[in-house]
Amino acid sequence: MDYSYYPGCSLHSTGKEYGESVEVVSRALGLKLHELDDWSCCGATSAHSTNFELSVALPARNLAIAEKRGLDVMIPCAACYNRFKSAQHSLAQDSDLKNNISKSLDDDYSGSAVIRSPIDIFHQDVGLESLEEKVVKKLKGLKPVSYYGCLWLRPPEICGFDDTENPIMLDEMLTSLGAESRNWSFKTDCCGGSLTISKTELVENMVDRLMRMAREAGANCLVTACPLCMANLDMRAHEDVQLPTFYFTELIALAMGLEGPENWLGLHNIDPLPLIKSLKLL
Amino acid sequence: MGSFLEDVNKQINGVDLQNCYHCQKCSSGCPMAAAMDFKPNEIIRMVQMGQRDLLLRSSAIWLCASCETCVTRCPNAVDIPRMIDILRVMSLDAGVVPHDREVIQFHESFLGTVKRGGRVNEPIMIATYKLKTGTYLKDVGVGFKMFLKGKLSLFSPRTKNRKAIRRIFSSTAKS
Repeated sequence: MDYSYYPGCSLHSTGKEYGESVEVVSRALGLKLHELDDWSCCGATSAHSTNFELSVALPARNLAIAEKRGLDVMIPCAACYNRFKSAQHSLAQDSDLKNNISKSLDDDYSGSAVIRSPIDIFHQDVGLESLEEKVVKKLKGLKPVSYYGCLWLRPPEICGFDDTENPIMLDEMLTSLGAESRNWSFKTDCCGGSLTISKTELVENMVDRLMRMAREAGANCLVTACPLCMANLDMRAHEDVQLPTFYFTELIALAMGLEGPENWLGLHNIDPLPLIKSLKLL
Repeated sequence: MGSFLEDVNKQINGVDLQNCYHCQKCSSGCPMAAAMDFKPNEIIRMVQMGQRDLLLRSSAIWLCASCETCVTRCPNAVDIPRMIDILRVMSLDAGVVPHDREVIQFHESFLGTVKRGGRVNEPIMIATYKLKTGTYLKDVGVGFKMFLKGKLSLFSPRTKNRKAIRRIFSSTAKS
């Protein structure tokens, strides 16, 4: 199976271990990723907060590049995914906007690209059964809560995820890996990621609350599919409530016995290795 | 030029703000409401009542985390996040200096690196932000730890076709 691939800026820096684990796991699952040629930033929160046209034009450039190849586009960053989907939606709704934006692009934009998350691709295209077949080391003793955050899910008519208030794709994948997934009510609560640098004190409270609620649900870790949630959860929690957070792809790699997890986990701020080693998973 | 309400509705280009019946579902589910000077449904009411100046000076419009919980739960599909983005741009255009300048300074630092390199260069973005805000010592510890782990590279790859990026920025720039 072939996909176009848009890593986005974070996956080359603060979300490095996410980028590497997405690529390693995709390869092991038989998915071939073709990185978009000379891609550029999606503009993220900063563009849509200050200039609507710019927030549409930046993703549109990448979408036009993706359309040339015609493959589904895998976007592992929730923020990029949301901006791509929103731009496509706005351009489909407003033909004047589409005409104006098209003029500033080198490639033709039609709106035909299919934008997808790796969660959806692993869950739907690979499937839980095939995933389970490839597990060589069950993640026994790992009790994760799945944390989906905002940007994969909302608004639902644009994002098209499985369920806006109670998504379950990550939970199901973690169960297939042998983890003892915990249920909780904070799957889709905001972590405040977009304000983590400018409004740090407010955001610390939001992150602490998530950590406390995960503990109350009996979890020993959190699992995310967003580099901004990860940076935030990993940097902003106070010591007395901290739990390690994993990218879901790091755990898939661990369960499949692939090379990489030891290096990736060493890049986290809240050290996940004591937990992983105590469960004899590494 | 129409009224403030007409102006905002026109830009939302969807469900008009008059459809809000103030059930306050947006404000109850808003993760930032506790820190805001005006709660999401109050902002809608203020737009309806023409309270332009007060709103463009408010900190609420900059504290919204863009989590989109409000519009997802709104029984009338009022697009509150879009309304807030519109108010932010109006506030910038009006040259208002809000209490929460650091949020705007973050956005400027972020988009500045995108304009120059096509992609975000996190260390340069953060350095620019620190220069703008004077918050030199904040997060230095965690930043240094990330740098040692190779997560903050000064030489992250850039978009080659920077002419295309400049064109996008210039054609979407406000006159």
